[in-house]
Amino acid sequence: MNKSPDIIIIGGGHNGLVCAAYLAKAGRQVLVLEANTQAGGLGATREFAPGFRASVAHTLPQLGKRLVKDLELERHGFGLAAQALPTVAMCTSGKHITVSGNELGGASASDTAAYPAYLQLMQKFAKAIKPFWHKRPPLLGSGGLRDAATLGQFGWKLRALGKQDMRELMRMIALPAQDLMDEYFESPLLKAALSWDANVGSKLAPRSPNNAVIALLYRMSGDLTGGLPLAKGGCGGLMDALAAAARAHGAELRLGSPVARVIVEQGQATGVQLGSGEIISAPTIVSNADPRTSFFKLLGARHLDVQFTHRINRLRMDGQVAKLHLALESLPNFTGLAHPDGRLLLAPDMAYIENAFDAAKYGGYARQLPMEVLLPSLRDDSLAPRDQHVLSALVQYAPYTVKGGWDAHRDSFLENALASLERYAPGIRECVIAAELLTPADLEQQFGVTGGHWHHGEFALDNWWMNRPTYGASRYHTPVSGFYLCGAGAHPGGGIMGAAGSNAARALLEEN
Amino acid sequence: MPLQATLQPAYAIDHVHMGILPSPFHSRTSRLNLNQQWNEWNGFASAAYYSDAHIEYFSTRNTCGVFDVSPMRKYRFRGADAAAMLDRMVTRDVIAQAVDTVAYNVWCTDAGALVDDGTIFRLAEEEFMLCCADPCYDWFCLSAVGFDAVDITEISEEVAALALQGPTSCALLKAMGFTGIEDCKPFQIMRFAFASGEIMISRTGYTGDLGYELWLPPQDAKQLWDALFDKGALYGIQPLGDESLEMARLEAGFLAPDVDFHGSLHTVQRGHDHSPLELGLGWILNFKKAHFSGRAALLAQKESGNYRRLLKLDIEGNKPAEHSILYADKKCATEIGYITSAMWSPVVKANIAYGLVDAKFFKGPIWAEIYHQKELRWQRKVARCTRVTKAFWSPERARATPPPDC
Repeated sequence: MNKSPDIIIIGGGHNGLVCAAYLAKAGRQVLVLEANTQAGGLGATREFAPGFRASVAHTLPQLGKRLVKDLELERHGFGLAAQALPTVAMCTSGKHITVSGNELGGASASDTAAYPAYLQLMQKFAKAIKPFWHKRPPLLGSGGLRDAATLGQFGWKLRALGKQDMRELMRMIALPAQDLMDEYFESPLLKAALSWDANVGSKLAPRSPNNAVIALLYRMSGDLTGGLPLAKGGCGGLMDALAAAARAHGAELRLGSPVARVIVEQGQATGVQLGSGEIISAPTIVSNADPRTSFFKLLGARHLDVQFTHRINRLRMDGQVAKLHLALESLPNFTGLAHPDGRLLLAPDMAYIENAFDAAKYGGYARQLPMEVLLPSLRDDSLAPRDQHVLSALVQYAPYTVKGGWDAHRDSFLENALASLERYAPGIRECVIAAELLTPADLEQQFGVTGGHWHHGEFALDNWWMNRPTYGASRYHTPVSGFYLCGAGAHPGGGIMGAAGSNAARALLEEN
Repeated sequence: MPLQATLQPAYAIDHVHMGILPSPFHSRTSRLNLNQQWNEWNGFASAAYYSDAHIEYFSTRNTCGVFDVSPMRKYRFRGADAAAMLDRMVTRDVIAQAVDTVAYNVWCTDAGALVDDGTIFRLAEEEFMLCCADPCYDWFCLSAVGFDAVDITEISEEVAALALQGPTSCALLKAMGFTGIEDCKPFQIMRFAFASGEIMISRTGYTGDLGYELWLPPQDAKQLWDALFDKGALYGIQPLGDESLEMARLEAGFLAPDVDFHGSLHTVQRGHDHSPLELGLGWILNFKKAHFSGRAALLAQKESGNYRRLLKLDIEGNKPAEHSILYADKKCATEIGYITSAMWSPVVKANIAYGLVDAKFFKGPIWAEIYHQKELRWQRKVARCTRVTKAFWSPERARATPPPDC
């Protein structure tokens, strides 16, 4: 870059790349500083064993068409390995239930009959709320026309659901996942599977109120395909395309360049200092780091007001999910599943999930761990050597603050995870060549995300929309002039979606 | 046989519990408190008056008076981040504050509303004492979030304190052997050997007159009191109760918490808290220093000019305007504010008050509706108020170093 940058983006995770690409496209001189030697953050595809590759984030339910089109991602190498993976609620006896699109396979007659009505209602809610994921949250009491319009539109969208459905949404919005499931379905196995997305990634379980419905609706925000897509080359395929798009528009990416702090002069962010000591000046600094890192480590409490700092400090940032990558020398045999293609959910009932959460609440972890398992190499042969496979699994609950620290527990947690897996895939251990377990502590250390929390803070009603990460910073700008947020800690949140990055870019362009 | 009765002094009745704690000076103050008239201050007994509030008050203007400030809450801030943490919390520049000096400060919410006021003593490069009228530990802990190297300890019980105020105060301290105290400048701190250890003397106070505050370990408290009253007879020393101090502070232009303002965290209704600008404390808002909590809100308020004003008022007549409502006109048609504190000032010979006036009206005419009694019959009068810009009472000796006669 010959000119000094207009905008520095701290963190080359997917939101940082999206933000950079949009800003560069609008003609801004953008510099992205990434601590790791690879861009993409938790979406980067990395080799975890010789010849075996996986990304921490592994599916793209929330990705939208607009992002792909705006940034011409297909031209930059993005493609899908799978359009719509089915979700399989796994049963140790082999009597699985398959959820694909709006159909259930293998469920009871009454559940099969109830599912379309449930799905239809959720889709209706999801549609009503969808525009707001891609808008800047309004500022209450600003008197501004646009804020009033956003609030008005929100009210109208709810009202347009019709009186009955609007009342239902209000009734259901803070329900625990368990109550929601009990209302519609009878099969414990199906209920565990359909409630999975309500809680995964949060310090919440089926009996926790506060976020289930909103998390499910958020999960349904994508429109790239009708189902659950997989990126070619893992999520890293998308990351590479985003990086290429940003570069094509003129953004510069500097890898292996951790930012130590943001420089503030007279209440104005004026640049950053790298870990190496190098100082780079820019009138606008955008942080893709989580809010705790952004405000405490990068900026410093001394530049912020007391109550605002307190709210950032109170954000719930304890990750609860470990990521397991297995290098398999052959395809394992899952009981009753000839071809383990799909998202396999290993939880026989909601109590199984709740019990695992109970252990985690007190700093422990369960012997039997609920898991979301994928074998992406079935759809993408770039991820593993020929005829060999990658298993990518989310394992709950792995509390960030495990008693005694993760170094003392990594082996026994891995053992529990393998044992839990083995109940569904007997003999899978014999196929394992290498294993990588990333606990929340590892995710924090390797990706710089506080608590190893993928969502950069809980995704829940109290931490949503105008309150994400908290009022005073929910509109991408912060109390410090020239310092912005563009990460998952900002609206709308985590998941590989890029909406926080694109919303932040739009907000920035509007303001400057 | 003639009736004989021996009256026991009230302080000697030890089986009657006051339900409040004794300060380190209680064995001495209780002997002087003629009618055992106590107020409760942070759980401690604080004399309402000892004999006569007016006599006590006059000692602050003519001789000297002693007020037991031990119930004040005192906190120690220590560590490499102590200065930065306090600097971010309060409105004045703590980084630039010299060691062995004291600075009056306020701390505010994000919205710029006053949480409380107090004095910050810089005891060393990385050690401070903060004194305030009410407990504030929770706010300090909240304000320390994000600052790793600061240790905050409440030391209220570890420090006994007296305020010695009045024109003869310096001479008395000199007579007690605190040589060099005459060179102590306003808001400066000096230390002397005393009793079992050390006494810290700061040239600070709440009366607006020449005066000092004396800080020492509680075990030496009685010895200090005795020394003061032993040498002090010649200097007209009087113990001061709350009522006399209240008069002195109003003349001096100082604010009283829960009289002139409520701390923001103690108010419920919108607009019932106050910004420092409203309270006439614009002079301690340092917008040139590093960021402090509430800065953005206060700067916006300052620039808008749209805020209430706590005005010093000189009111015609001699009837104190206690609890009065203020109007923009003699007919009392347009209500514009209210009186927070009022008194007939014996030393200024004026009917003085603080009045909080709405933003739109503080430049215009102000009338106070005063109710007073004449032989039990209530009278109403509407008195013209004149704005006063300087402190009602601010004698040269309060600022002179060395003070006169020393």
